[in-house]
Amino acid sequence: MEAFTTLKGIAAPIDFANVDTNQICPTEFNKVPFGDPFYPKVLFHYLRFNADGTEIPDFILNKEPFRNAKIIVADRNWGGGSSRESAVYALMFFGVRCVIASSFGDIHHNNCLQNGVLPVKLPQETCVKLREQIHADPGRDIAVDLEAQTVTGPDGEIYRFDINPVPKRCLLQGLDAIGRTLQFKSDIEAFSKKHHDEVPFLAQPGAA
Amino acid sequence: MAPARTMFEKIWDRHVIAEEEGETLLYVDRCLIHEGSRHTYDKLKRENRTIAEPDKIFAFSDHYVPTDPKQRDTGVEAIPDEKIRGMVKLLASNATSSGIHFYGIDDPQQGILHVAGPELGASIPGILLVGADSHTSTHGALGNWSFGAGASEIFHIMVTQTIWQRKPKTMRITVDGKLGFGVHSKDVILAIIAKIGHGGGAGHVIEYAGSTFRDMSVEQRMTVSNMSIEAGGRAGMIAPDDKTFAFVEGREFAPKGKAWDKALAYWKTLPSDDDAVFDTEVSLNGAEIAPTVTWGTNPETAMPISGHVPSPEDATTADKKAEIEGMLEYMGLKPGMALSDIEIDKVFIGSCTNSRIEDLRAAAEVAKHGKAKIPAWIVPGSTPIKHQAEAEGLDKIFTAAGFEWRAAGCSLCTALNGDKLQPGERSASTSNRNFRGRQGRGGRTHLVSPAMAAAAAITGKLTDVRTILQGGK
Repeated sequence: MEAFTTLKGIAAPIDFANVDTNQICPTEFNKVPFGDPFYPKVLFHYLRFNADGTEIPDFILNKEPFRNAKIIVADRNWGGGSSRESAVYALMFFGVRCVIASSFGDIHHNNCLQNGVLPVKLPQETCVKLREQIHADPGRDIAVDLEAQTVTGPDGEIYRFDINPVPKRCLLQGLDAIGRTLQFKSDIEAFSKKHHDEVPFLAQPGAA
Repeated sequence: MAPARTMFEKIWDRHVIAEEEGETLLYVDRCLIHEGSRHTYDKLKRENRTIAEPDKIFAFSDHYVPTDPKQRDTGVEAIPDEKIRGMVKLLASNATSSGIHFYGIDDPQQGILHVAGPELGASIPGILLVGADSHTSTHGALGNWSFGAGASEIFHIMVTQTIWQRKPKTMRITVDGKLGFGVHSKDVILAIIAKIGHGGGAGHVIEYAGSTFRDMSVEQRMTVSNMSIEAGGRAGMIAPDDKTFAFVEGREFAPKGKAWDKALAYWKTLPSDDDAVFDTEVSLNGAEIAPTVTWGTNPETAMPISGHVPSPEDATTADKKAEIEGMLEYMGLKPGMALSDIEIDKVFIGSCTNSRIEDLRAAAEVAKHGKAKIPAWIVPGSTPIKHQAEAEGLDKIFTAAGFEWRAAGCSLCTALNGDKLQPGERSASTSNRNFRGRQGRGGRTHLVSPAMAAAAAITGKLTDVRTILQGGK
């Protein structure tokens, strides 16, 4: 996956809570192959486009400067619902590499980390404040520094965020999980053998 | 003496391979996938990886298969939409070439992964099961730890048979009391979600405890654990008991012979110890739960059918007010209107939440009391359930009452196979998600139990099923 170190750019405010993965990537686009040229249009498709494919001008991501957003500042419970990883691909192919919210759906949060998209958890009042500042002055950038674990708001105020050490390291270096896991190959093989010996009725489908 | 443990902790401990920097590498006993796993197989090909233990992987054609019986009879090549047909065929070729267990469109054991999986004995107590679908939480009703994951984590499992996890918190939701007349397990889980909220279980594994769940059949329990994810919980589980063991015994992939005896002895040790401590405790009185419906665009908007659509003025915060306004607009509802005045265009009885034999029996019981005024679909969760229902004569009851009897699949729950609502159309649906556009762009979904859905079919509006069962013939 692509490494994530620092990011500075336009942040789009998404003001409503409970943005589920169905809204981020409507189900009919789950079958679009990864990297397909259509992918940039998948993100929030039903909110961005009419059924005839024309743009809905009022939606925030269809307005300047947010058409070029690299960051989304959301509300609470971003990414609940379906496990579809296509919701993360929709963000990536639109150009979004970081979502700031006060809470995340667990599966989507993991899916983001697996694909080099940084989910940043900040307090609800901070999310609201950042969105108000962006609305007031839409051209100002937000900056994210993963190593320092900071977000710099449009007014220069710095907010620290928490991230677990493993996903942080993987994101900084652009490592995916397989390489890390295969370092434990002998442990896995030993465990699998023990598991099949001790509890074959769990390990082996249809054990007799 | 060993410290007291929850059931979740016992299953966790049994599967730990290694730990590193606060993360634990766990062995995965079973992995369930469906047509949506194209992204996983694409990745396997891109990175030239092979599947570690194919006999632990089960694939089902469910999300994209047509449920129109005529289309199903003519086979995969008859699927008119080229892209949908392509998804069904792609899973078939990926699954057969990689040597995993596969239940395709024509297989007699085909069904929704969370319905057919337990029917096959692919999910049993005590295992760690991961599925390529958020409703994998369903399987926890059998007393295991099951959760959904995205394409990358499923890829990781296929290659290594393991998954990295940080230990989640535990939540116990205790419901005691006898459910009232006309109240079903769907009403119980909707009431729970209304209480703890759409994100209330985030970061937690939920254990459902109490007499209400003990009194339920295994099928009814699956409806509850299925919707754990709608409360934000990645997994839900219920302690295995004699009903669980009876459900599992004799199924194709259940343990057999001596292995069965050992399994049974082990499974009896799984329930949480009496003095085990949960991070969060929630309790409800089962006797107070009424037939329940959702009015908005997430499942926490569930309320008793006797209720009224809320007003933005009831909100205590500005963002809650905006949320209610947005939902009212999308759903085309007015504040204060009685839920039982909401007119419905279409009824869907099916999905991994409510498509098992008992769900169909409950709906048929209501269907005996009238005729469907609006299109009403019955979509069994698996081909074996379809056949069982037909053997019991349920299909005849439904068709006599004007309901449409269809073939097994996910259908109108996820609207991937072409079954969908038109913009502005309103459904009473036994599925699990009322999100915007979930059943088709612009579609409006009210979540209900199978009995309530059948009642809505008969009256053409959201209806308290008790009035039909008590006042009917």
